[in-house]
Parts: sequence; C-alpha cells; structure tokens
Amino acid sequence: MESANELLTILPVIIIGTAGLLVMMVDAFTENSRTAYWITVLFSAIGLAVSVNSLFGPTGTSFYNMIAYGGTAAFGAVLVMTGTLFSVMLTREYLEKTGRHIAEVYSMMLFATFGMLVLVQSNNLVTLFLGIETMSISLYVLAGLVKDEKKGVEAALKYFLLGAFSTGFLLYGIALLYGASGSTFLVDIAATDEKGLIYWAGVALLLVGFFFKVSAVPFHMWTPDVYQGAPTTITAFMATASKAAGFVAFILVLSRALPDVRAEWSDVIWLFAIFTMVIGNILALVQDNVKRMLAYSSIAHAGYVLIGFAAATGAAYSAILFYLFAYTLMNVGAFGIVAYYEWNKGLDFTEIKNYAGLGYQQPLMGVLMSVFLFSMVGIPPFAGFIGKYRVFAAAIDEGLISLVIVGVLASAASVYYYIRVLVYLYMKEDEGAQVTLVKPGMLYSVTLVILAVLTLYFGINPGSLTDLLLSFKDAAY
Amino acid sequence: MDTYVHLVPWIIAIPLVGFFVNGLLGLAFRSYRDMKTVSGIIATLAVAVPFLLAVYLFLMMQGDSESASISLFTWIQAGDFTTDIGYRLDQLSLLMTLVVTGVGALIHFYAIGYMAGDESPWKFFAFMNLFIFAMLNLVLADNMLLLFLGWEGVGLCSYLLIGYWYTDMAKSDAAKKAFLYNRVGDFAFLIAMLLIFQTIGSLSFDAILNGTELFTTDQVFIIGLLILIGATGKSAQIPLFVWLPDAMAGPTPVSALIHAATMVTSGVYVISRLSSFVMMSPELMLLIAVIGAFTAFIAATIALTRYDIKAVLAYSTVSQLGFMFLALGSGAYVAAMFHVVTHAFFKACLFLGSGSVIHAMHHVEHKLHEEGKDVHFDPQDMRFMGGLRKYLPSTYMTFLIATIAIAGIPPLAGFFSKDEILVMAFNAGLGEYGAIYFGLWALALITAFMTAFYMFRLTLGTFHGSFRLPEKITEAAGSEKYLHDSPFTMTSVLWVLAALSIVGGFIGIPNFVVATFTGTADVNLLSNWLDRVTMDAELVLSKPVEWMLLFGSVLVALSGIYVAFLLYGENDPETQDNRIAARFGALYQVWNEKYRLDEIYEGFIVHPTVRFSDRVLAVFDIKFIDGFVNFVASVVRFTGSVVRYFQTGVVQTYAVAIVLGVIIVISMLLF
Repeated sequence: MESANELLTILPVIIIGTAGLLVMMVDAFTENSRTAYWITVLFSAIGLAVSVNSLFGPTGTSFYNMIAYGGTAAFGAVLVMTGTLFSVMLTREYLEKTGRHIAEVYSMMLFATFGMLVLVQSNNLVTLFLGIETMSISLYVLAGLVKDEKKGVEAALKYFLLGAFSTGFLLYGIALLYGASGSTFLVDIAATDEKGLIYWAGVALLLVGFFFKVSAVPFHMWTPDVYQGAPTTITAFMATASKAAGFVAFILVLSRALPDVRAEWSDVIWLFAIFTMVIGNILALVQDNVKRMLAYSSIAHAGYVLIGFAAATGAAYSAILFYLFAYTLMNVGAFGIVAYYEWNKGLDFTEIKNYAGLGYQQPLMGVLMSVFLFSMVGIPPFAGFIGKYRVFAAAIDEGLISLVIVGVLASAASVYYYIRVLVYLYMKEDEGAQVTLVKPGMLYSVTLVILAVLTLYFGINPGSLTDLLLSFKDAAY
Repeated sequence: MDTYVHLVPWIIAIPLVGFFVNGLLGLAFRSYRDMKTVSGIIATLAVAVPFLLAVYLFLMMQGDSESASISLFTWIQAGDFTTDIGYRLDQLSLLMTLVVTGVGALIHFYAIGYMAGDESPWKFFAFMNLFIFAMLNLVLADNMLLLFLGWEGVGLCSYLLIGYWYTDMAKSDAAKKAFLYNRVGDFAFLIAMLLIFQTIGSLSFDAILNGTELFTTDQVFIIGLLILIGATGKSAQIPLFVWLPDAMAGPTPVSALIHAATMVTSGVYVISRLSSFVMMSPELMLLIAVIGAFTAFIAATIALTRYDIKAVLAYSTVSQLGFMFLALGSGAYVAAMFHVVTHAFFKACLFLGSGSVIHAMHHVEHKLHEEGKDVHFDPQDMRFMGGLRKYLPSTYMTFLIATIAIAGIPPLAGFFSKDEILVMAFNAGLGEYGAIYFGLWALALITAFMTAFYMFRLTLGTFHGSFRLPEKITEAAGSEKYLHDSPFTMTSVLWVLAALSIVGGFIGIPNFVVATFTGTADVNLLSNWLDRVTMDAELVLSKPVEWMLLFGSVLVALSGIYVAFLLYGENDPETQDNRIAARFGALYQVWNEKYRLDEIYEGFIVHPTVRFSDRVLAVFDIKFIDGFVNFVASVVRFTGSVVRYFQTGVVQTYAVAIVLGVIIVISMLLF
C-alpha cells in the first residue's frame, strides 16, 4: 500500500496529535487560554467527523499490520472522539468559573486522546502498550493539573502509583505472551500451538492489565478517589473516553488474539463481572457525594459491560459498543450537570444534600439531569435502556442466565442512588438553602442539550446504529 | 399508493414541529408568550399544511387503490418481536386524516380568536398540535403498538387540555377523571394486544387481518371484548362514558376538537380497522350493538334535562357515538365512518357555536363588572339566555343549520348518516339474533326522536324567546346592549362547518334512492371509497322497505322538532321543565340525576377501593413491603459500610486489593 494512503488510515490520530502540538505552541506564545480551547474544539470536531466517516469505509491493517482500521477500530475512534469533543466543550466554562482555566489542560487532553486513538486501532501488543501508556501518563497529569488543590494532587499520585503497578502486570503479560507465541501480533498469538504455563500466565496478566484500566473490582479502588479529586469535566473525559478506549482494545485483544481459549477467559470475566456489579452498586448506594456516586456508578456500568465480554459473541460485542456509546453520552452529560452545580458559589454542590430544590431554579438543567439519570438507570426510551437490554439479551443467548439475573438485580438497586438525586432536585424544596444559581452559558447548555437529544434519539431509534455495529466482522467474531 | 406514501411521514411530522416551535419558543422567550396571534397562526399552519397534503393524497387515490405502508425505522426489536415506526395509507386512514386535519385546522383557526383573552395560549396551541400529532399516529399507524402510542398520546393531550385552566380545582379534577376512566379502557386494550401477539406473533394490521383464520371464535370474542372495553373508554360508551360530560371543563375548542370530532371517534375507528376480525364473532357484534344503542338512549334522556349548553352537547355526543357503535355492531362500518365524518362537521359547528355564545355571555358578565355591579351567573346556563338570535345572528344561523343536521332532516348531513345506521340496524334484524336487533332498532328510533327534541330545546332555549338574564337578575337590566356576535375569524369557521353540515351527507347518498328512479345506481361515494378496507354486512332489504324506513326516520325527526316547538317555542325552558318533571315524576328525576351513575361508581368502586387501599393495602404496604424493602436496604447499607472500610484512602490497601485480584485471575486460569 502507498504510504500516503496508509497515513489516511490513522487520520484521526494525526489530526489530534497535530492539534496537541499546536495547542502547546499557542500556549507558549499567548496568555489567552481561549484560543487553545477553540483549536481543541475545532480539531476534535474534525476528528469526530473523520472517524464517523471512516465507519463506512474499508477495513484492514496498515503500517506493517501494526494498525487496524475500519469496523470496530473506527467505532472505537468515534467513541473516543465523542467523549473528548463533548467534555472539551464543557471544560472551558467550568474551569473559568472555578478560576483555573489553563491551556495545558487542552494539550494534555489531546495527548491522552492521541493515546486512546492509537489504543483502539492497535493490532499489535506493542502498539497497544504505546497507546495505553500515552493515554495513562497524560491522564495522571490531568488528574493533578490543578496544583493548589490538595485532593487532586493526592488523587493524581495514587493514580500514578497504582497505574505504574498495573502497567507492570500488563507489560509482564505481554512479555510472557511473546515468549509463548514468538510474536506480538494479535493474530499470531491466536495461532499459538503450545499453551503452556507461560501462555496462561501471560493471558492472566493481560486480563489484569485491562481490568485495571476499565476499573473492574477489585482493581477499581483508585477510581473514586481520582474521579472525585479531578476537575469534574476532566473526570467526565476520563470516565468516558479512556474507559471506552480500554474496552474497545479489550474487544480487539480478546477476539483477535485469544478467540480459541474463549471458554477459559470467559469464566474469569464472569466472576469479575459479578464482583464489579455487586460492589460497584453497593458502594454507590452509600455515597453522599454526587461525584463519588457517579464514580461508583461508572464502576457498576463497567460490570454490565463485562457481562457482554463473558458472552463474547458477535452480538455481544456489538451490544458492548452500543452500550459504550450510550454510556459516553449520558456520563459526559451527568458529569457536565454536576460541574455546572459545582461552580456555583456558597455551598459545596457536590454534596447531595445541597441539591435540594435546585431542579426548579434552573429547569433546563434539572430536566437534562433527569434524562441522563433515567438513561443510566436503563429506563426507556433512553439509549441506556437499549444498551443494557442488548448486552443482557446477548448474554441470555449464550445461556448466562445467572449472570444476567445478578445484572438485573444490581441495576434495580441502582435505581435508588440515581433517583435519589432527582428526589433532592425536585422533592426536597423546603430543605434547600437559599442560593441563587447562575445561568450556564449558551454553549454549555447547547452541548448538554445535544447530549440529551442523542441519548433520547438512540433510545427511540437504535436500529440504524445497531445494524451498523452488527455488520462489523473485523474483530474475528 | 406506493408512489405517494412517502408524504405520510410529513403529514405526521409537521404538527410535531408545530408543537416544538410553540413549546420551545414559549418556554425560552418570555416575549413570545405575548405574541398570541403568532403562536395561533403557527399552530394553525402546522395542521393546515398536513391537511393540504392529505387532500393531495386524496386526489391521487382511488377507491380501488392498494393500501401502502411506509416504515421509518425499527422501533423495538426483541427476539422474534419487531415493531416498526410504520404508517399505513389506505382509504380508511386517509379519510380519518382528512377529518382530523381538516376539522382540526378550522378549530385551530377559531381558537386564535377564542383564546385571545387567555394569558398563555402558546401552551394551549402547543398541546393542540401535540394532540393532532398523536391522533394522526393513531389513525395512520400500521401496527397496534404504534396505534396504542397514539391512543395514549391523545389521552395525555386530552388530560392536559381539559385541565388547561388547572388553577380551577374542579377543572383539574375533571381532567383526572377523564384520564383515570380512560386508563381502565387502555388496560383492557393492552391485554388485547398481548393476546393478539400471543396468537399470531405480530401486531401489524396486515398480519392480523390476513391471519383472521388463526384465531378461534372464542379468541376473537375475548380479544374483541377487550378492544371493545378500550373503545368504550376512549369513545365514552357504557360503562365508561361518565368522564366525557365532565371533560367539557376544557376550553370550548378543545371540546369541539377532542371531545366531539376526533379523539372520541377513535374507538369507532379501531373497530372499523379490524372489521374483518370483529365480524368473526356474532356475539361480539351483538354486544357492540347493544352497548351502542343503550348508550345512545341513556345519554339522550340525560340530555333532555340539562341546562348547561355544553353539557347538552356533551351528552348528545355520547349519544351520537352510541349510534356509531350500533352501526358497528350491525356490521355497517361504512355507516359508522360516515357518521363519524358528518358528526365531526355538525358537532364541531355546534360546539364552536356554543363557544361563541359563552364568549358573548362572558363579555356581558365582564361589562357588568366594569359597571360596578356584582353580578355572577353561569355563562353556560341557558336559563340566563334566550333571544340571542337578534344579537348573534351568524352564530344563530350556523347553530340552527347544525341542529337541523343532527336532528336528521334531509338533505342535511346528519340525515343520511343516521338513516343509514337505522336501516342497517333494521337489516341486521333479519340475520342472527334478529329479535334483539329489532329491539335495538326501535330503541334507536326513539333516540332519534329525542335527539331532534333536545337539540331544538337547546336551540330554542338559547336563541329564541326573550333575553332572560335581566328577568332573572334585576341588577343585570339592560345588559343586552353588551351582547355581540363573535369576530369574523370565529364566525367564518362556523359558516364553513355549517356549509359542510349541509353538503357533507352527499358523500353517502343511499344507492336505493337513486336506483328507484334509474333502475340501478352506484352513487354512494363513501361506500365505494371504503369498499376495500372494511367488510360490511350485506344489505338484504328490499327497496320499498328502505323507503319506508327512510320516511319513518324523517317523520320521527319532524315530530321531535314539532314537540320541541310545542313545549319550548314560547315558554321559558325552566318553567316548562318543571311542568314536565311534575308529570313524569320519578322518571324525569332519574334522567335529571344522570341515572346516579357517578354516585354509583363513587359508592361501589371508588369509595370501596379507597377504603380497601387505606385499611388493607396501606397497612400491608407499610408493614410488609416497606418492611422488606427497609430490611434489604439496611443489609445493603451494612454491607456497604463494611466494604467501604477497605476503601481507606491508603494506597497500600489498594495495591493489596490488586494483588488479591491477580491471585484470583491466575489461579483460575492456571489451575
């Protein structure tokens, strides 16, 4: 293949990488962080458009098979870019209102996105590792970017230490698999004949690496601290784009490198899915801080997604991709609203008790929050319902009835902590403190409205997207 | 019709756009809320444009055109069950679309003037557009589930619009009552859908109508009964009709649009849509006919005693819907749809006319208050009216035309449709369960007499005689100078509807009338139009019998009018009614107290339910259910607090947890 055409296969990566460097340069020469913001928004939008376009393009590999493009990888890029674009759009106003608007945020977000895009396109464990580490290191920096905030710095350090710890496992797993199969290409690993101790140890450690990235229980403990400590819109970014990238890469690795030992890893994932759903939901129930609640909720969601991995069919993978899309929309939305409440002065608006009566003050924000929370619960006609439904249905087709029962019970329990927010917003008006909320900016509201409309749209008409996802055959289902 | 079916989604989408435009602009911009005319015009256009599209489709369509479907997208897919957002264009759905958008556009236009005095008509118009959207979904859906979505949607809009002036507790209660009574029917409808799905595995009309042989007669009866219960809720039939009179609490255009012309006919539409299915069970047909005839009769008797002009019209609507159900039960779907159409014309005209009267009476009360007189009277009560024809000439003329139409005087619209129903009921008397159908026919004939009578009582009491307000309330002396007709925007709509009430009947001239003179005839346009869609019972009567029945129904209508003139021509309705009450005694009292149905429902259903809930369910709920829930919650919270203990915030603990996880993974894969 001609080299120019090969470059086209990683176009989103190039766009985002260029943008990251550009923002860094601009930041060096100007004091105005808004320029950086607009560059980021523009390039992210272009990146999203390009990745959406590539959904309908060809699939294949490039750069000596190091990179996969089209199909699942392309949709991974769409997920990442969706999460990035919308969280970036929310970030400026939030950081300005909380008085910490600095342009480095955008370059670090872009570099993290760069890593995620490489990650979802990787066809080789080395590219995969490069992607994961580019992403993770940028995220460590992002979590502690606000240096004068003690909690954030503490969270960043924890994140870094544990991240390094888990990277050790991941890298060791890659090394062992290389030793067992003699290659780092995913398809070559699938062709390993001799499955000895080294091979199995490699598979186990690879799983551990991914479990950490997608914060499955008990590898999750960094999540609440980091999500709570980081600036809220950055949390939205971490909770959606980075998680989606991790899950998509997980699909690629499991379906391409380890398809014939599916029975073995499926059992492991089965167990960790149950851990994750149960512990994630139980701990979300007892939180009084909304950011922390959403952090545990994202752990719980990872548990539902893992159900799809335990089923591990083409239908299940397509269901996971849909779930991740819905998850990205509603989580950016929910964190966006929390960020909005948070920047109002006077009270700590991440504490749920201070939400009393706020729903009536800014009706639009209240309604949008209701949409996102209902979608997270999995109530039709929102996209979250379809996602959950499809994942559960795929698992039932594979006979994983007990797993689905746990999933359904867990999501029934989750109603409590999601709806509790709405109860405070609307039904505890009398207990509310007399604080007047400031109106969010136009762009901020529009961003959230778009997210809510998409959540609703894909809940009513999921057909076109699910058909597209089911047509992906590149992940060697 | 495949070439044109792509227009159908536009017909449905435009009212929705209208809803969003008015709704969002009204929510977002305070200044928009004062632009009352603009919001009214937007809403009217959002219905008028679909009407024009429907007219275009009508011109392109013939009676023998094949039905066509369009599917926008797959809405629900679960295992073997799929449902599309899909629409079906055929003669029946297009006929309903024309009525809904045509009459709807006129009423929207009328409402611009009627709602001019309201504070926030943008909300009103948004709801009205939403109603049209839901109603179009109902009539154009190609499957039961989407129809049900429209069905619930119109119920919601009806609720919102009945309680539009929600600060008045009585009105908001009326809205709740309508909603709850409808829920009873909706629930039955839902079960019917589930049974249909269980039997044939699909909810599309194509599958149901092509697969009627898959149902046993018993299944048809049970499913049909459940659909019928749903229809009695929405179309206000026995036993669920009591909500409709209360629904008059809404603004008058709402009464005209939702509670006379369109929504309440959806029960008739559904049964016509499923005609070949329903026909399979003669017992079901009989039941439909019985419900229809008795509803028609009972509602008419109540209408005899009302003074509230809108209440008379409300009971009259219930009664006319009863006629439609009688037609359905007699296998005369064309006649039923015919009556739906003509009834939409004259009843909308009557309601809007009553709106014009109420408007005028309100104005009088308002002016009297301005004079500083503390006068209070019910602007809907005909005892305070009389002689209005001098002051509201346009309203009077149109109201009179519509009254003649509903009374059944040829050649106005109501005559043809009502006569066809009577003929078909008589015709059914020659088939299975003949004796009962004869009885129903006789009951319907008596009802037709009462219809003519109470409608003229209403017209005479309102427009003839002398203006009674100054006689009843001395302070209001000279108040007639404040009476004036409604503005042109409102009366023009009345005239259009009156014109339709005159000519509307010509779409369904009975064939035998012409055939008597020419030998054979094929002039019944509506019957030809609906030929492919509905499965009508065969007409077995001979021409002389049909002529006899025709003259009979004219005679009945004329005698009703004659008696009304005799009793109310000169007299004050109240004095006259007291005389009648004295003569009829207990019977009149039963009618006047509306058969005490509300009290019966209150005493036998509502009150026991509330008491049972209070004494048993509430206790069970608090002690058992809540207790169990609280128990689970406390277990979970306890577990949470224990697990939380490990979330120490100390990074070493976290690392230990990771190592623990690693051990589990490795041991599972290696051993």
